[in-house]
Amino acid sequence: MSALLSLSGVSKTFDNGVQALSGVDLRVEDGEFVSLLGPSGCGKSTALRLIAGLLKPDAGEISFPGGKPETGFVFQEPTLMPWRKALDNVRLPLELKGVARKDAEARSRRALARVGLEGFEKSYPRELSGGMKMRVSIARAIAAAPKLLLMDEPFAALDELTRQSLNDDLLKLWREDGLTVIFVTHSVYESTYLSSRVVVMTPRPGRVAAEIALSPPAKRDASYRLSAEFSANAAKVSAALREAMA
Amino acid sequence: MNRALQIIIPIALGIAVLALWQYLVRAYQVPAYVLPAPSDIWIAFTENFSSLMASLWTTLSITLAAMALAFIGSVLLAILFLQSRTIETALYPYAVILQVTPVIAIAPLILIWVGLEHINRALLILAWIVAFFPLLANTLLGLKSADHNLTDLFRLYGASRWQILWKLQLPTALPNMLAGARISGGLALIGTVVAEFAADSGTATGLGWRIVEAGNRLEIAKMFAALALLSLLGIAIFFALSLVEYGLLRRWHESALKKQV
Repeated sequence: MSALLSLSGVSKTFDNGVQALSGVDLRVEDGEFVSLLGPSGCGKSTALRLIAGLLKPDAGEISFPGGKPETGFVFQEPTLMPWRKALDNVRLPLELKGVARKDAEARSRRALARVGLEGFEKSYPRELSGGMKMRVSIARAIAAAPKLLLMDEPFAALDELTRQSLNDDLLKLWREDGLTVIFVTHSVYESTYLSSRVVVMTPRPGRVAAEIALSPPAKRDASYRLSAEFSANAAKVSAALREAMA
Repeated sequence: MNRALQIIIPIALGIAVLALWQYLVRAYQVPAYVLPAPSDIWIAFTENFSSLMASLWTTLSITLAAMALAFIGSVLLAILFLQSRTIETALYPYAVILQVTPVIAIAPLILIWVGLEHINRALLILAWIVAFFPLLANTLLGLKSADHNLTDLFRLYGASRWQILWKLQLPTALPNMLAGARISGGLALIGTVVAEFAADSGTATGLGWRIVEAGNRLEIAKMFAALALLSLLGIAIFFALSLVEYGLLRRWHESALKKQV
C-alpha cells in the first residue's frame, strides 16, 4: 500500500481567533476507510476542507505523493440545487469538468442507479425524502469516478434505519470502486462499523489523539453489528475517545 | 375556501357596490361633476374609447419599457456589486438616495433636462428610477444567498466565476428577482403616471394625462373611466408577473409548494 495523502504538522486558525487544528499528522493509505472521530468543534470538518483544498493551512503541509486525486465531497446536508432534477444535480461535477452532456447524463444515470434511485432521475429534491436526498448527494460525489471520497458527517441528520442502510451502501461503493474514504463522524458505532481505521481527535485545538486500526470482517452486515467482535471494537474506540476528551 | 368562491365573492361584492352607487346617485340626484353614476362612466368610456385606448397603450408601453430596462440594469449592477465589494460600497448609497427621493420631486428636473418635446423619454426615465431599486436590492440579496457548501462544491470541481454566477448564484436569486419584479411592476406604473402629472402638458398622451385633462374640464365621468383603466392595467401587470413567477418556480420552490392541511 502507498500513501494517498499525508498531513504533517498542519495547523489552522480562523480569523475569529479560534484555533481549529494544531499540528495534525495523518497519513492515509490508498484504499483505506478512515474515520475522523471526535466531539463537535474538534476541527474534523476543517481537516476535511483542508484536504479538499477548500481551505489553506497556516502551517504544515498536505501532500499527495501520487498527485492530487479526483475528489468527491459529501456534506452534512444533502446540499442539492433545488431548481435541478436529481439527474441534473448528479451531473454537476461532470458538467463543470466539460464532459459532453450525453455522456455525462449516462454516467449520472448509472450513479443514481448505484445508490438505489433508479426511476427518480426526474424528481426535484423537494419531492424526495431526507435519506433519498442524501443518496442523490452521494451519487453526485461518485459521478465523476473519484479516487478519494470526503464525507462530513453525512448521515448525522438521518434516522437510525436509513443511516444503517446508507452505511451498507457506502461500504459497497467503497469496496466495488476501490475508493479511499475519509469519513467525519461523532458516532463511535458508525465509525467502528465502517472504518478500517479510526482517528480520534481532541477538541480545541484539534489534534490526533489516537489511531485505532480495526480489522473488520469482509462481510459487514446486521450480524456484525450484533457480534461480540463489534462490541469489543466499539469499546476500544469509545475508550480512546473518552481519553481524548479528558 | 374553494377556488370558485375565492373569485365569486369579491366579484359579487364589486357588483353590489356598483349597484348601490348607481342607485344612490340617481336617488339623491348627485350632480355628474361631483360623482357620476357607473352608467355615466360607462358612457364616457365608450364615447372616448379610441383616445382612452391610445392612452392605455402609451402608458402600458412606457411602463413595460421601464420595467425591462430596470430589470436589465439592476441585474447587471447587482452582478457588478457581487464581483467587487469596493464598487458596491461606492455606488450603493447613491442607489438608495435615488430610491428615497420622491419621484414627483425629481420629475420637473428630468422634464427640463430631457425637454417637453421628448416627454415620453422623461416618463421612461422617471418610471425607470422608481422601478430600479426594489429589483436591485432583491437581486443582490438573492445573489448573496447562494449556499456556501454548494459554492465550495463548485470550487472543488474547478468552476469558473462565470459558471458559479450562471449555474448557482443567478438560479438562487431567481425567486428574489421575481419578488422584486412584482414590486417594481407596480412602481413603474406609478412612476409613469406621476411623471405625466408633473409634466402637466398636452405633449403627454398617457392615462395620467387623460386624468389631468378631464379634471381640468370637469369631465369627472371620463376621469373615472381613465382611473378604472389604470387600476385594470396595474392588476394585469401584477397577474402577468405572478404568472411568470408561478411558471418558473412551481416545480421546485417552497413558495409554490401546496401545503397539505
